[in-house]
Amino acid sequence: MMDDTEVLLEKKEMRFMLLFSRQGKLRLQKWYTATAERDKKKMVRELMQVVLARKPKMCSFLEWRDLKIVYKRYASLYFCCAVEEQDNELITLEVIHRFVELLDKYFGSVCELDIIFNFEKAYFILDEFLMGGEIQDTSKKSVLKAIEQADLLQEEDESPRSVLEEMGLA
Amino acid sequence: MPAPIRLRELIRTIRTARTQAEEREMIQKECAAIRSSFREEDNTYRCRNVAKLLYMHMLGYPAHFGQLECLKLIASQKFTDKRIGYLGAMLLLDERQDVHLLMTNCIKNDLNHSTQYVQGLALCTLGCMGSSEMCRDLAGEVEKLLKTSNSYLRKKAALCAVHVIRKVPELMEMFLPATKNLLSEKNHGEILHTSVVLLTEMCERSPDMLSHFRKLVPQLVRILKNLIMSGYSPEHDVSGISDPFLQVRILRLLRILGKGDDDSSEAMNDILAQVATNTETSKNVGNAILYETVLTIMDIKSESGLRVLAINILGRFLLNNDKNIRYVALTSLLKTVQTDHNAVQRHRSTIVDCLKDLDVSIKRRAMELSFALVNGNNIRGMMKELLYFLDSCDPDFKADCASGIFLAAEKYAPSKRWHIDTIMRVLTTAGSYVRDDSVPNLIQLITNSVEMHAYTVQRLYKALLDDISQQPLVQVASWCIGEYGDLLVSGQCEEEEPIQVNDLYVLDVLEGLLVSNLSTPVTRGYSLTAIMKLSTRFSSLNRIKKVVSIYGSSIDVELQQRAVEYNALFKKYDHMRPALLERMPIMEKTATNGPSETVQTNGETDSTILDTKHLPSISQPASQVGFLKHGFSIQTCAHFRHLNNIQPLNVIIPPMTAYNKNGLIIEFTFERSNPNPNIAVITIHATNSTEADMTEFVFQAAVPKTFQLQLLSPSSNVVPAFNQGSVTQVIRVLNPQKVRCYCEPRTHSASDLQCIQAINFYLSCVPGESNPQPCAS
Repeated sequence: MMDDTEVLLEKKEMRFMLLFSRQGKLRLQKWYTATAERDKKKMVRELMQVVLARKPKMCSFLEWRDLKIVYKRYASLYFCCAVEEQDNELITLEVIHRFVELLDKYFGSVCELDIIFNFEKAYFILDEFLMGGEIQDTSKKSVLKAIEQADLLQEEDESPRSVLEEMGLA
Repeated sequence: MPAPIRLRELIRTIRTARTQAEEREMIQKECAAIRSSFREEDNTYRCRNVAKLLYMHMLGYPAHFGQLECLKLIASQKFTDKRIGYLGAMLLLDERQDVHLLMTNCIKNDLNHSTQYVQGLALCTLGCMGSSEMCRDLAGEVEKLLKTSNSYLRKKAALCAVHVIRKVPELMEMFLPATKNLLSEKNHGEILHTSVVLLTEMCERSPDMLSHFRKLVPQLVRILKNLIMSGYSPEHDVSGISDPFLQVRILRLLRILGKGDDDSSEAMNDILAQVATNTETSKNVGNAILYETVLTIMDIKSESGLRVLAINILGRFLLNNDKNIRYVALTSLLKTVQTDHNAVQRHRSTIVDCLKDLDVSIKRRAMELSFALVNGNNIRGMMKELLYFLDSCDPDFKADCASGIFLAAEKYAPSKRWHIDTIMRVLTTAGSYVRDDSVPNLIQLITNSVEMHAYTVQRLYKALLDDISQQPLVQVASWCIGEYGDLLVSGQCEEEEPIQVNDLYVLDVLEGLLVSNLSTPVTRGYSLTAIMKLSTRFSSLNRIKKVVSIYGSSIDVELQQRAVEYNALFKKYDHMRPALLERMPIMEKTATNGPSETVQTNGETDSTILDTKHLPSISQPASQVGFLKHGFSIQTCAHFRHLNNIQPLNVIIPPMTAYNKNGLIIEFTFERSNPNPNIAVITIHATNSTEADMTEFVFQAAVPKTFQLQLLSPSSNVVPAFNQGSVTQVIRVLNPQKVRCYCEPRTHSASDLQCIQAINFYLSCVPGESNPQPCAS
């Protein structure tokens, strides 16, 4: 059961971001407000239906429940943000675009498959770019560098392990 | 025990499944393996297993058994573990479950970790999903990090602080010291964006903070100026514009700081003008900045020149090829149309063009804006466009559009005929979408357009012949035919070619409505009453009697009651029938209330009439018959019906003439009772200017439950002729809830010559109302 008062007090600019395919498959979901699992599923299902029904010539904004939805399609993926009423929708489009650019730089000409097989990396990138729905750093270079460094740390972790494994001493 | 399969391997495998069932089977198998692996407390592969679980969770499968595993991963020393652990926590854990609190200690440790990327993970998790308890526990750590010299951590700490403040507003104070130097030059530009976000959050939440931070306006202006003037900075550049995200956030903060403050607003005037004129508009990003600038200009106390500039930007947006830009323009114009009406009017034709846009959101906004721009000068042109829009728009819009058209027509109709034509147009094109309350409104309008009765009834009759499916149209038409049927058959219409129609055809149509499946019970009620009324206008008495008696045994209780009462009218009270069914008098509308209260339709029984403790007994020979559903009753009562709860001031209400017809004049005078000023004392004075005395004069009143009423004895029951004297009576009204009321008295004054008169009037106790208007009919 969703505690409605809780949600109201938590005035967040961006409530959540979804990535999904043209076939309605969810590829990424980031929620910036506390929402029950059941409600999340319901909202995702509903919203996907609404967005997928939009014709190509329609504008990128729509009203849904008490939120404004800003969405943009990149190849086979829909990037969908739910923002508060009073937001600047145009800059939200730029936020989405920046995220796509980051993914693109990281994966090198990113496509849906990259995000499917490396979903956890997509999350890492998103979490380095946005926190609580707000941009952490407006420099593309800075964000990518941080991810790079974190990846290096991960590799340092992993390599000794796999060597041992290979030697059958795990 | 073989090593659990790798994440990518699993993903590949699952994707080969051809059916949902196959996928489910694979998932179940893998989940079982993962579960046993968890049970064995396998540290090596925990990370891999949780990652797989997260993938399956995204596909929609349950993953709650992985929650504790995430916590174990977070507690691990390995960075990889922590990365997946925190991700898992953010995806699977939720502040409703107490288990999330187990994270707190780990996060606390990680906030103090030696590796900044670990600290970053902790800050991110806390900043995205920290519960209030966690925020309380860890706010101190966040505050510490806000003061560190490491800009990577500082920017994250700032956003984490924003989250903490949102969850636990009382903690805002503790972050104040750390904000001291957030914007200062010696900081790296990296933390500017998050600093501005933090400052914005604090200013939005606390007026004190807002005043405190106003002094930052000059600094913000300087930073913004540098951004605009600075050269190309590839890191922060978007399509040739320097750091648009930061520009937008600064503009937003300026908006908050400048709102309602003259000095701040003045300090930012120049930079706003600069941004507004210099920003490149070829791409979305430039327009995003312009949009934010416009929002800021409109919200602060800007000079009029700047405001006009802003509205012109919006006007240019309206002409942009990009739908998104048009959308935001319409949204903003809608917000400013009240305050800058004339400026927005200049863009009216562009706005009206947007009615034809393909996008639903744009159409809706264009519609709302169009209604806001309608005035006496443009009503004809605008109405043409709006009616055309009504014809072709989606069903979702029709109700709102119809209501809007009615309102606009009512306010600005250039002529009665135009008004009625417009209404007809709406009823025929969107009749089923019209709101229920439009029916009584329209009936009142038609009743009051006396010279148009013949024209109106003819048009409505013709519309009925075409289509009886649209209920509001049918209801209004039935009502009119009932009232003006005589005009219809006499072919008196001057405005149009009169149609050939006689009694029988008309009755055919009305009876057709009664039996049609398309008619709702309410519509049937209207038709039956209309048929009844025609008994005094047409000569087909027998036929009408027959219809009425048939419906006396209708299973629809409402219809049955009406039929029974009408039957009674034929049988026992036939002498009263002509007067009862005569033409409705003009219903005056007051400025304070809509006409819907004066005309009762749709079968609403007047229940307030029953709510009275002080109703004196009726000594008249009348009224065991109930109400006719026009809101006329044969009983005589005054109705006090409350409308809104408005606190009335202790206003002295001037005397008013409540009723003035056929020689009978009733005046009300008002006083506040001396011991108890909450009691209003109303004295009624009735005078009679006719030649005959009015005998058996009785004034009665009925009130809602919240009122208390006391009717003192009248001075007399006879109102002498020729104004030779008056009858006075005192009514004391206590309105403890101070509800606004209107009073609808019906007086029965039976003289030899007169039959029942029905009067509606009301009394409003609204402050500022110097002339509460009576509406007598």
